[in-house]
Amino acid sequence: MRLLFGSSALAMGVVLGAGTALAVDLTVVSWGGAYTASQQKAYHDPYMAANPDVKIINDDSAAEGLAKLRAQVESGNVTWDLVDMVASDAITACDEGLIEEIDPDSMLAAAPDGTPASQDFFAGTLTPGGTNCFIPQIVYSTTFGYRTDAFEGEQPSTIADVFDLEKFPGRRALEKKPIGNLEWALIADGVPGEQVYEVLNTEEGVDRAFAKLDTIKESVVWWTKGAQPPQLLADGEVVIASAYNGRLFSAIAEKNQPIAMLWDWQVFDLDGWVIPKGTPNKDAVLEYLMFATDTQRLADQAKFISYGPARYSSGPLVGNHADLGIDMKPHMPTNEANAKTILNFDYVWWADHRAELDERFNAWLAK
Amino acid sequence: MMAHELTTADGVPLRISLERALLRSRIRAALLVVPLMAFLLFAFILPIFDMLYRSVENTIVAQVLPETVIALQDWDETGDALPDEAVFKTAVADIQAAFKAKTLGRLARRLNYEKPGMASLLRKSGRRSLRITEAPWSEQLIKIDRKWGDINIWRLIKRESDHLTESYFLAAVDMRLDDLGAVNWQPENRQIYLQLFWKTVWMSGLITILCLLLGYPVAFLLATLPLRTSNLLMVLVLLPFWTSLLVRTTSWIALLQTEGVLNDLMVVVGLISDDGRLQMIHNKIGTFVAMTHILLPFMILPLYSVMKTIPPSYMRAARSLGATPFTAFVRVYLPNTVSGIGAGSILVFILSIGYYITPALVGGRTGTFISNFIASHVSETLNWGLAAALGVILLALVLALYLLYDRIVGIDNMKLG
Repeated sequence: MRLLFGSSALAMGVVLGAGTALAVDLTVVSWGGAYTASQQKAYHDPYMAANPDVKIINDDSAAEGLAKLRAQVESGNVTWDLVDMVASDAITACDEGLIEEIDPDSMLAAAPDGTPASQDFFAGTLTPGGTNCFIPQIVYSTTFGYRTDAFEGEQPSTIADVFDLEKFPGRRALEKKPIGNLEWALIADGVPGEQVYEVLNTEEGVDRAFAKLDTIKESVVWWTKGAQPPQLLADGEVVIASAYNGRLFSAIAEKNQPIAMLWDWQVFDLDGWVIPKGTPNKDAVLEYLMFATDTQRLADQAKFISYGPARYSSGPLVGNHADLGIDMKPHMPTNEANAKTILNFDYVWWADHRAELDERFNAWLAK
Repeated sequence: MMAHELTTADGVPLRISLERALLRSRIRAALLVVPLMAFLLFAFILPIFDMLYRSVENTIVAQVLPETVIALQDWDETGDALPDEAVFKTAVADIQAAFKAKTLGRLARRLNYEKPGMASLLRKSGRRSLRITEAPWSEQLIKIDRKWGDINIWRLIKRESDHLTESYFLAAVDMRLDDLGAVNWQPENRQIYLQLFWKTVWMSGLITILCLLLGYPVAFLLATLPLRTSNLLMVLVLLPFWTSLLVRTTSWIALLQTEGVLNDLMVVVGLISDDGRLQMIHNKIGTFVAMTHILLPFMILPLYSVMKTIPPSYMRAARSLGATPFTAFVRVYLPNTVSGIGAGSILVFILSIGYYITPALVGGRTGTFISNFIASHVSETLNWGLAAALGVILLALVLALYLLYDRIVGIDNMKLG
């Protein structure tokens, strides 16, 4: 009896010992809400099911990701293993030496047909602004939604309509940032989309953009958080609002609000993963990333949220919404019908001019 | 003499023995406080000073371009000649080393604060500089980007090579150094911070006054009503105090927005037409209303605690001596509550001056505070130097007002409860 007990205790000890030796807790920082939920269902749950040793813990502080990451790395106390960031923040973090560099072909899975990762992710998305620390997951767009009950007859369909208060009276909601708004103002003022940054590069071009914004300034509600513009539209506070396309989709398809999309000159941006420098679990993170950024996983995420996967090979695999059952393809910003006119952020230009234009924009707002 | 002095059993004079015993107990008492002191020092005071130091700290240029900084010392930046070939040679070597060590990005961001365009210049030059292996150094560097032939780039590098910089503080008061290092105002369309400081101060002042006007009668009621009624009232004051800040702020949005409850009500009653709905949120009015509501308990509670100590007989005495209710209030009651008014006002004012969530949500484009910009420089632009400089100025402002208060009212008179 005693012998039996002893040996089973020993066996138990071995099992426990083996368990603790392999078990890893990965702290993954993301945006919370519907977005984290989509990652949980598309990436985390299947990965944890296949790897019982790994436990993924969600941390919803991506909104302060950059500042907290810098504080962690500077103090040498890195507790995050993987962080979800927009591309412009990833450029900053990479410049500051806060995140690990990525070698796509050795660290990321190839497409099912064998195309290496560096060729399968959308061109240029692995190296925003010339940095190489970023693994894109989704293409999201900042675009416009309008209330379908606000205008009789013709509905707004172009950026010029957004700036046309006579044809489409009512308040607008815009993000409280110069990025995006200056570009749209110029396009509304007649500058061809391809020449926006050329024009912005001159003092007169910036003046011209602000002059165009002046024409609607008194009718604009400025938002700072992504949840605000769909709410403003739903409340009838504004009739046209710029917003992240996923938020608009959720207001339209999931909450049945009288809102429609205006895709003209939507601004493409990227959101993806970065690995904090000094994470103690780097190997486990890389193993997870190999799985979570492969073709099928990126396509799966689009079942839960209307953002476009950042791989060429994922596009055709995008299927129906998991709960609503509707085909997600027409709701993707990357869909051909929606992407007739698109604007890509010039990250390099903004890195040079962000500080001075932020000041000018805020001085302009306060006037 | 010696024989008369009292001694303890082991021959030590009683006086000394007593002193020793007292010292021991004092040390013991001090030891009890040590953990708290150490905690405050390491978790509060040191981090604050570390953050404040960032407002002048500037080691990055000398770190990333060490040899260039030394080589530039002999160059006359007031002339109009570019640095000589030797400086270009060390600069190329420094840029190459920095590119390999991946420190160039931090330098690029730092110098871009001073001169827009430096970020892309350095980033572009990093990889391409590796091609330059032999003379002519200057010609090849300028070929990468002709900005390297701009003398002002070199003036900037030399100017920012000190370990301390004044440029964050200058930026925090809408000034800057020009290419020759002279202090100048920012171009007018970029001036923002001075008027924000002023706006923060006057709006906080007005919020304090509103809190006082609204809170004084409430505190008076609380202090004078019978206990059962006043307890109920107290709960009404405390309930919002315990409710989440965000909930209270967003409720004001629901109430005040143009399609909101208050506007709907006024339209139904016929006060305003459906097209003439009032804009009461996302502007200064929104900030005033929401902030006053949120900070009101901080005014009421100190006032209440002071009023509670004023015997009702004072007012009765004044009335029986022939004072009108108004005179009795102004001459007798009000002076007795000054310490509460002072405490409440300074509390509300200091809290208000540093608030940022509420103004960010309801302030729109005109009702935001300086703290919103500090927050954005900390978490968004990562320009911690400028955030620290703005913070130092705000801290100095609060300390100055505190000293002013002490001089006028006297801090000893303050009563918090």
